[in-house]
Amino acid sequence: MIPKISEDTTLLEKVEELSGEKVYSCHKCGKCSAGCPIGAAMDLRPHQVIEFIQADDWTVLNSKTIWLCASCFQCAVRCPKDVDLTKVMEALRLLILRSNIDQIEINKIKREELEKLPPVALVSNFRKSTS
Amino acid sequence: MKIPYYPGCTLKSTAKNFEDTTVAVSDALGIELLELERWNCCGTVYCLASDDLMHQLAPVRNLIRVQEMGFDRVTTLCSMCYNTLEQANQLVKEDSEKLEKMNSFMDQEEDYKGGVTVTHYLTLLKEEIGFENLPVKTPLKGLTVVPYYGCLLLRPEEVSIDNPENPTIMAELLEALGACVVDHPYKLECCGSYHTVDHKDVVCEKTYSILSSAQKRGAEAVVLSCPLCEFNLDFRQKDLEKELAPVPVLYFSQLLALSLGLDGNLGFDQHYVNPEPLLKKKGLLR
Repeated sequence: MIPKISEDTTLLEKVEELSGEKVYSCHKCGKCSAGCPIGAAMDLRPHQVIEFIQADDWTVLNSKTIWLCASCFQCAVRCPKDVDLTKVMEALRLLILRSNIDQIEINKIKREELEKLPPVALVSNFRKSTS
Repeated sequence: MKIPYYPGCTLKSTAKNFEDTTVAVSDALGIELLELERWNCCGTVYCLASDDLMHQLAPVRNLIRVQEMGFDRVTTLCSMCYNTLEQANQLVKEDSEKLEKMNSFMDQEEDYKGGVTVTHYLTLLKEEIGFENLPVKTPLKGLTVVPYYGCLLLRPEEVSIDNPENPTIMAELLEALGACVVDHPYKLECCGSYHTVDHKDVVCEKTYSILSSAQKRGAEAVVLSCPLCEFNLDFRQKDLEKELAPVPVLYFSQLLALSLGLDGNLGFDQHYVNPEPLLKKKGLLR
């Protein structure tokens, strides 16, 4: 679900504002996708997410990729153009979360799992997937 | 040496063995850990949005507690706490406007002056004690281990405790303890982190890759510094019983306590894969 955002703003502008990153600096070398530890499970590879933003294609917000990114900063460390894709992914997540569209239903987590999961797992997950 | 200590939530619950063994080791080495009298959860993940200062308050409040104690340094164990505290610290040290805004918002405490350094406990050990000076009584002879660093001790580069692409700090420590350390390509690969809550399959796949790589290189145990990595690499083995022979996963502090000859409970019973049979087989545990 894509939230309604001001029609005067392009996705590129919005993402650059939220992330503080220059998305157009990317020259598509693909290092981010090559090194991404969760890339294989993603529907869009990390470098493709950048392409969507450059093309002002809001459907990128429907991608599973932005939620599968675990903010491990591997892409950020390896980018030769200093684009911190970790921050770009966060900006995309926030465009959805700030419209009050949560990605996890806490009451559906099984009790036996809840009892075992470390606090650090729960807090970080809720920070990344709820508004 | 006295140093303020920030524990974080998980070291008081599922990773109590990480805290207890570190406290025991510190006592033995003459490091007095002064737990912050009032501390709050750091938020566990650093807020990456340029316009959101609200989520920076939690880590910065903890830094103010250190300042209130009259110290300019704090140590912590959990990789996620370390990362969140240090990234927030660097943000406010570099951006005085943001710091001023946050200071004027927090009216219950003194202003943060930006003078605190966040030091991971591994760095503290290396720089203040020196791995070569550790009084090892029971060398970990015959035990083959791999260090696993994961993400947040090393990335982003600005907060890395070591070379972000080829860290050696934990290997150096384990070698000083007498263990046989093998290198492996997955040592800095993310374990899937918080996806363990709602994408267990992703985490199991990462756990399988990391542990099978370690086993292929002869590792008998994996050593780490993050309570979330520990849960993922250890407890998620429950879902990999058919694919993988069990591998014990330990905190570096447990092996440190063992090799320093410290008595008492080293918290081996808090793991999913019990490391005791391996340690007994190696003659390191009675």
